[in-house]
Amino acid sequence: MSDLPVTLSHVSYAVGATPILRDLDLTVRSGAPTFIIGPNGSGKSTLLRLIMGLIAPTSGAIDWNGTRDPAPRRRAIVFQQPVMLRRSVAANLIFALDQAGLEKSLQDKRCADLLALVGLGDLADRPARRLSGGERQKLAFARALARSPELLILDEPTASLDPSATLALEQLIGKAAGEGIKILMASHDLGQVRRLAGDVVFLHRGRILESASTQAFFEQPRTAQGSAFVRGDLITED
Amino acid sequence: MMEGSGALDLVLSGDPALYAIVRLSLVVSLSAVAVAALIGLPLGGLIALTRFRGRAGAIVLLNAMMGLPPVVVGLAVFLLLSRSGPLGSWGLLFTPTAMVMAQAVLITPIIAALTRQAVEDMWSEYRDELTAMGVGPLQRLLTLLYDARIALVTVLLAGFGRAAAEVGAVMIVGGNINGFTRVMTTAIALETSKGDLPLAMGLGLILIAIVFAINASAWALRLYAERRIG
Repeated sequence: MSDLPVTLSHVSYAVGATPILRDLDLTVRSGAPTFIIGPNGSGKSTLLRLIMGLIAPTSGAIDWNGTRDPAPRRRAIVFQQPVMLRRSVAANLIFALDQAGLEKSLQDKRCADLLALVGLGDLADRPARRLSGGERQKLAFARALARSPELLILDEPTASLDPSATLALEQLIGKAAGEGIKILMASHDLGQVRRLAGDVVFLHRGRILESASTQAFFEQPRTAQGSAFVRGDLITED
Repeated sequence: MMEGSGALDLVLSGDPALYAIVRLSLVVSLSAVAVAALIGLPLGGLIALTRFRGRAGAIVLLNAMMGLPPVVVGLAVFLLLSRSGPLGSWGLLFTPTAMVMAQAVLITPIIAALTRQAVEDMWSEYRDELTAMGVGPLQRLLTLLYDARIALVTVLLAGFGRAAAEVGAVMIVGGNINGFTRVMTTAIALETSKGDLPLAMGLGLILIAIVFAINASAWALRLYAERRIG
């Protein structure tokens, strides 16, 4: 059972009377990494949470390859501040593997493989909540991979990491993308977008202003806000 | 002063009657905690995780029931178990089992209400991750109860403290029968009214020491667990 493509039609989301996202149409297909970019407060996180199925749109509809049931099948998310269960690193990962429905007899092997992949092999018995920010993000990434996702959603996972931890995570993301996992990631780090993105969706004040290949967007943004964002200016107008 | 040293002598002498009283106190209150935990932990977790009509009222009621007066609980269980009561045929009145029942009724709301709070706080932290992992309702409850385990030890202690310290409920349903249903608190009440202050004080000292020891070990456990689990 596949989760792709995800199709959003006329999706709006509001908190009380405050609109967060306005009338979005977007289709997420397999392929190169798609980055949701835009200034803080543009609605990036809300959009990702909608696509993950954690919240329901106020109006409009989201369709995951033919179903509107938001229960996750082959998709996973890594949050900016992932929550570690109050257990060891390995137990966190076993929990995710168990929830993903992996047979008990295969869990230990897969757990060890995933920990080795993200470079946490030596910390398997460490309490997960005692990890550093970078290590937590790696464990969150491993937990997401435990679901064998087709669609991996990442919400500014490197926003509070130092450069070496950021590099390590970017390499993992690149590797996952190389193995055919669709990456859908929010970022406001333009350097990171240039390094990883195949195409970008530019979000501003809850609207999609541009949707283009990374190269096209950076070389020739079609909107004034897009140009300002690419130049690194603060955008204050609508 | 003389009475104080008399109390100490009594404690140190290892009087078998005294230790029978202490033992029964512990057995009754720990059994009550076990029964109350069996009901209160899942109940509190369930209320924390489900939305139903009248939920706010249920929470207020549960919180209010934390302050149930022991004598009233004792009276209710007495009426239930008395020969003409609905459970009179069980023949449990004035037995340790009746005392366990009364204390369990007394502390189940405490354990359920505090569990509800602990689980609900943790759920607000875990909600997104667990939803994204596709965790179902039952597994959600078990996961949160397990991950809140450090806080829940304190919850159980609060229940034990309440059970071990109360006198009204066990007095009414147990009857304070010497060698059968006499526990520390009922013995203290009796000996004080009889004027045997050394025995009353000796029992009082032991009661305080036990409560202190249990809390100290729970505290040590908590420190250790926090270092291990985070």
